[in-house]
Amino acid sequence: MKHFMRFSKISKAFKEVPSQYVYQINPIKNFEPIKQFRVIDLEGNLVAKEYNNIPKEILNQIFELMISIEEMDNLLYMSQRQGKISFYMTSFGETATTVGTTAALQPQDFIFPQYREQGSFMWRGFTIEQIVNQCIGNHLDGGKGRQMPVHYGSKDLNIVTVSSPLTTQVPQASGAGYGFRVNGENKIAATWFGEGAASEGDFHSAMNFAQTLKCQTLFLCRNNHYAISTPTDDQFRGDTIAGKAPAYGMRTLKIDGNDLLAVYNGVKYAREEIIKNKEPFFIEFITYRIGDHSTSDHSVLYRSQEEIDSWKSGNNPINRLGLFLKKQGLRQFNDDHDNQIRKDVRNRVIAALKHGSEQQSPSIQDLFTDVYDEVLPHLQEQYTELREHLTKYKDQYPINKFKGGL
Amino acid sequence: MLRIVHKLRSGFAKMTVREAINSAMAQEIERDSNVFLIGEEVGQYQGAYKVSKGLYDRFGKSRIWDTPITEAGFTGLSVGAAMYGLKPIVEFMTFNFAMQAIDHVINSAAKLHYMSAGGLRTSIVFRGINGAAASVAAQHSQCFAAWYSQVPGLIVLSPYDCDDARGLLKAAVRDPNPVVFLENEIMYNEAFEVPDNVMDKDYLIPIGKAKIMREGKDVTIVTFSKMVKFSMLAAAELEREGISCEVINLRTLKPLDRNTIIESIKKTHRVVTVEEGWGQCGIGAEICSVINETNAFFHLDAPIVRVTGADIPTPYAFNLEELSFPKAHNIVEAVKLVLK
Repeated sequence: MKHFMRFSKISKAFKEVPSQYVYQINPIKNFEPIKQFRVIDLEGNLVAKEYNNIPKEILNQIFELMISIEEMDNLLYMSQRQGKISFYMTSFGETATTVGTTAALQPQDFIFPQYREQGSFMWRGFTIEQIVNQCIGNHLDGGKGRQMPVHYGSKDLNIVTVSSPLTTQVPQASGAGYGFRVNGENKIAATWFGEGAASEGDFHSAMNFAQTLKCQTLFLCRNNHYAISTPTDDQFRGDTIAGKAPAYGMRTLKIDGNDLLAVYNGVKYAREEIIKNKEPFFIEFITYRIGDHSTSDHSVLYRSQEEIDSWKSGNNPINRLGLFLKKQGLRQFNDDHDNQIRKDVRNRVIAALKHGSEQQSPSIQDLFTDVYDEVLPHLQEQYTELREHLTKYKDQYPINKFKGGL
Repeated sequence: MLRIVHKLRSGFAKMTVREAINSAMAQEIERDSNVFLIGEEVGQYQGAYKVSKGLYDRFGKSRIWDTPITEAGFTGLSVGAAMYGLKPIVEFMTFNFAMQAIDHVINSAAKLHYMSAGGLRTSIVFRGINGAAASVAAQHSQCFAAWYSQVPGLIVLSPYDCDDARGLLKAAVRDPNPVVFLENEIMYNEAFEVPDNVMDKDYLIPIGKAKIMREGKDVTIVTFSKMVKFSMLAAAELEREGISCEVINLRTLKPLDRNTIIESIKKTHRVVTVEEGWGQCGIGAEICSVINETNAFFHLDAPIVRVTGADIPTPYAFNLEELSFPKAHNIVEAVKLVLK
């Protein structure tokens, strides 16, 4: 019988790596938590001087956008309470992350948002009027009245439309980043998601694939401490979300999300590394959701006003950036000037709301377009049936409010 | 909870559908220590739509499980718990989000009893809002009645009023099979007068049996959930014109109560089906086929008319959304069409 094992032969064929082994049971639990990268402290003092490198114009533009968004968010939240729009989500306390990141990216980079990134949209040029018309759902809305408020997108600005089911945008960003690498493009796919959304199964697949397939994808987790009412302790254990990324083999940074200079520098670095090494990068921003989750939420029901106030006055991105600019002499702090900016934004939002509410609703043709690339015959029939119905009962419908009437 | 029920006159109380579902869950959790509620925001937040209000305070976190955001995670976990013998009530914030977990509902819960030759069973209820609400656009407005009703192994229920909500949910929890329980956000706020017996802790409605909401002799309207309301409004309007409608509230979508439909057709000879969801392969399509295959066909004096939602993803703009779903006047038109 020649089928017996020749042991000496077998052991020579297997390649031993002695350093792989230990001889005691020593399970691993807590890794050293990753520290947050910071450039300016809570009072705007420079604590990492080599990162004081952002051009003055850009810093001022960022600052002015952050205060503008604060005013706009305030007014649009109130306008929901007044019944002028049906729903809204504010981004109080988080604009250093969105504006800073988008300023550090290139315009050709694709952004896959979650839903709290008005900072990203507006840095790239999305206007107050576009936002308000989308929230109202009138015929001027670029989205043809199809989506709920704050669910905007813009092909021109390379920002993919906001989608309600959580985290679905993250594996999509892995896919886009894969396409960019394979086509040799100087482009990355940057995707936003909250620390709560990172609990979804899609997060795992997206991360695993991005590293395995070498995708030009930048993962941006905004840890704002709450997912509606769920605090981080009930959402996950381990070292926040950043602690998970190295396990996928991915390069990881944790950044103080209320420090604009740290955000800008960190994202700029990550982008360069992605293009250079053709592999993904993970950034977690530690920040805080000062406002409610949305107009359907009342957050003091599950967190204390003291906690909210401690972040609002003690660790506020607008204050920290403002103090830095003042101390470095990078901005003339003139109360009137900044108040005027805020007043102008308020007036512009009010005008947009007024103008927007006077507009007609989208055309009834838009019920049937874009379901497919063409209006298929069965939809054409339904459109004809609808026009007949509306013609027959025209007294019962506000036809004059529809763009294009019948 | 029973204390929020308002006594109107002896023998009756007034409550909303939300309160009906809440009280049914509370009674079942009290009755059977294996029953628990699991989902996002169901605990101290009192539920995304406040349906689980007061339950966390009353039963604590061992019976009301708040979860991280992962439908696939908590549904998979619940199916596993059910296989072990627990009885989860799984709340989806909306059935639109249940698609992230649908493999667990179909490939596990629905099919395992059969595939394990009876060895594994899952006594589990999947509940949440289904179909359109108001101004929530395409990803929050789809009706999943047709999808789930197609699957062997699942029981699919859809309540209309408080009576349905209490009786059907309690029956669902006690049933050994996996149940998909399709609620409606707009109906949550509707209040109904409820006779005392419906508040009883053992009030159950038989699964697989439709209810005749209103008797009539000229046409049969077959429908479920919120569309029962519009059908009743249409029937009242038609009554004024001398047309008598029989309105059938299906209550159970799977197994479908063919007999009630057939017996009604023998009386009226004309049928209109009403649903909010898309027409293709929908509940109305199934009813048409069922009638066609049975001797009910020979009792028909006219083809069946279906009233369904428009064949489009739901738009947000108010005027467009209004035109996307059936209203009472569409049902009135359909009845007149079938009588022509």
